[in-house]
Amino acid sequence: MRRPQQLKNKKLLAGPYLFWAAAFVIIPLIMIFYYGFTDNDGAFTLTNLAGIASAENLKALGLSLVLSLISTAVCLVLAYPLATILIDLNIGKSGFLVVVFVLPMWMNFLLRTMAWQTLLEKNGVINTFLSLFGLEPLALINTPGAIVLGMVYNFLPFMILPIYNVLCKMDQDVINAARDLGASPRQTFTKIIWPLSLPGVISGITMVFIPALTTFVISDLLGGSKILLIGNVIEQSFTQANDWHVGSGLSLVLMIFIIFSMMFMQKYDKNGEGGVF
Amino acid sequence: MVDISKSFGDTKVIDEMNLYIRENEFLTLLGPSGCGKTTTLRLLGGFEQPDTGHIIFDGKEMNSIPPNKRQLNTVFQKYALFTHMTIAENIAFGLKIHNKSQSYIDDKIKYALKLVNLEGFEERMPDSLSGGQQQRVAIARAIVNEPKVLLLDEPLGALDLKLRQDMQYELIRLKNELGITFVYVTHDQEEALTMSDTIVVMNQGYIQQIGTPEDIYNEPQNAFVADFIGDSNILPAVMVRDRLVRILGVDFPCVDEGFGSNTPVDAVIRPEDLEIVKPEDGILTGTVTSLIFKGVHYEMTVMSHDFEWLVHSTSMSEVGKEVGLTVIPFNIQIMNKPESEDEEAAAIEE
Repeated sequence: MRRPQQLKNKKLLAGPYLFWAAAFVIIPLIMIFYYGFTDNDGAFTLTNLAGIASAENLKALGLSLVLSLISTAVCLVLAYPLATILIDLNIGKSGFLVVVFVLPMWMNFLLRTMAWQTLLEKNGVINTFLSLFGLEPLALINTPGAIVLGMVYNFLPFMILPIYNVLCKMDQDVINAARDLGASPRQTFTKIIWPLSLPGVISGITMVFIPALTTFVISDLLGGSKILLIGNVIEQSFTQANDWHVGSGLSLVLMIFIIFSMMFMQKYDKNGEGGVF
Repeated sequence: MVDISKSFGDTKVIDEMNLYIRENEFLTLLGPSGCGKTTTLRLLGGFEQPDTGHIIFDGKEMNSIPPNKRQLNTVFQKYALFTHMTIAENIAFGLKIHNKSQSYIDDKIKYALKLVNLEGFEERMPDSLSGGQQQRVAIARAIVNEPKVLLLDEPLGALDLKLRQDMQYELIRLKNELGITFVYVTHDQEEALTMSDTIVVMNQGYIQQIGTPEDIYNEPQNAFVADFIGDSNILPAVMVRDRLVRILGVDFPCVDEGFGSNTPVDAVIRPEDLEIVKPEDGILTGTVTSLIFKGVHYEMTVMSHDFEWLVHSTSMSEVGKEVGLTVIPFNIQIMNKPESEDEEAAAIEE
């Protein structure tokens, strides 16, 4: 008799979250779907979705994909060795280093990106420094490179932490066992450490790739108005063109892209350890 | 086959240890946790480097050889199976590294799984196996590489009693079938007595005694060994002269000679060697203060001369009863008394 009572009470505990989810996740999603599939007169249409097919938008989507893939790859290349180094350090030191890498996250994301703007500007810190040595100023800002830099800088901790976590949990004796069975250090890495760390890698990739694909702030601040990513196109259709229908349609297309890429990732994350979803 | 001498670590885990492991023997490193037994094994495996001293294998210095180039394999305490591979892939790992042919590998997998009674488990994943099964896979994975020495680090520690006993017999059978040297680490004295040809009792980085299970049990060389291997009554005593020892002021005939006269010693009497008799027939008389039924025997304590004597007997005497205790001379074990901790360790060095 007591059990159902308890269960009922427990369900009540989910109430605040359910309210939150309904108000800020489900209702906005329904609105996006509504706007995405209707025109100004409220009639059903697919033209908003088809808007992605315009040359300009396809270019933006393509560029977004390329830049976020590059950023993800750079993050992985930086983060994996770093996480390995962190593991090898003793607890006290590695704790300090983790804080160093997470520290930037304690500052506002916009401020950090704006700081890069100041550094990279035509008359910014880096070019001023170069001119001291009589060197020509470099065109740093408003390039795809600057956007990639901003993405890597902002999202790197999201790659480090899951990889660090999964490496941390790895049983040292599993690595010893591989060595014991005759594997060289390199074979041990490719056959044991890397496959076993894949869940962390995949979760890192997802956590970097998705925000990189959808960002518009980084490309806005570091890419100027010259380089449009799909995020900028969507943002502009909401704020400048005031066309919620096209913006919603494009958002839906982007969501489909993300869902597909997640499904693709999930296939490699067999046992679901360390996954974010 | 192996001669080791090394000290190790910030805090000395192993201090100038010398150990000779013969070919084809079942050698057990036995001791309480933190005595350096696992470290010794890891030194042999190559996962730790000795600070000083040499590890010599078949006449060749091994110190600088990395683990993957050593002709020995290890069975780890927590199995350390590769969870992303099937059982067959786990077992084949070492063979694939050594570029063996696929048909050779397949034969070996079959042979190894048969040896550990896990036929048909090829395609299972390690996580789907029980602890005992995982343990057997770990053993199979090690032995397919035909090592000259198999190192086992408390391999049965995580198993329940029944399974542990079964696995003990399995391991003995395996060792006899394979004809290779086993170096086995455990803190379980019963396990060590059951399985070993040679037992090395360790404490605080020092070897306390090396010997056959019978030697270690019947003739412990010092109080630590006597206490660690089975229950015992350890008493300060004086060797009055050859074949006569005075324990708690009472003279006992014994069989030991050569300790000199009036020398302080330690005497060990195993609880099963004490016999309960009528008060008038005993060398000692005392009162039974506790009685516990242990299955095969009763465990009693008898208060006599201000000492609680531990007695194992198949017949019981009620608490409060006046009894006599006797022991035959052969069953009193006399040991030199260590004058200090350091000397204790030094005296025991072999």
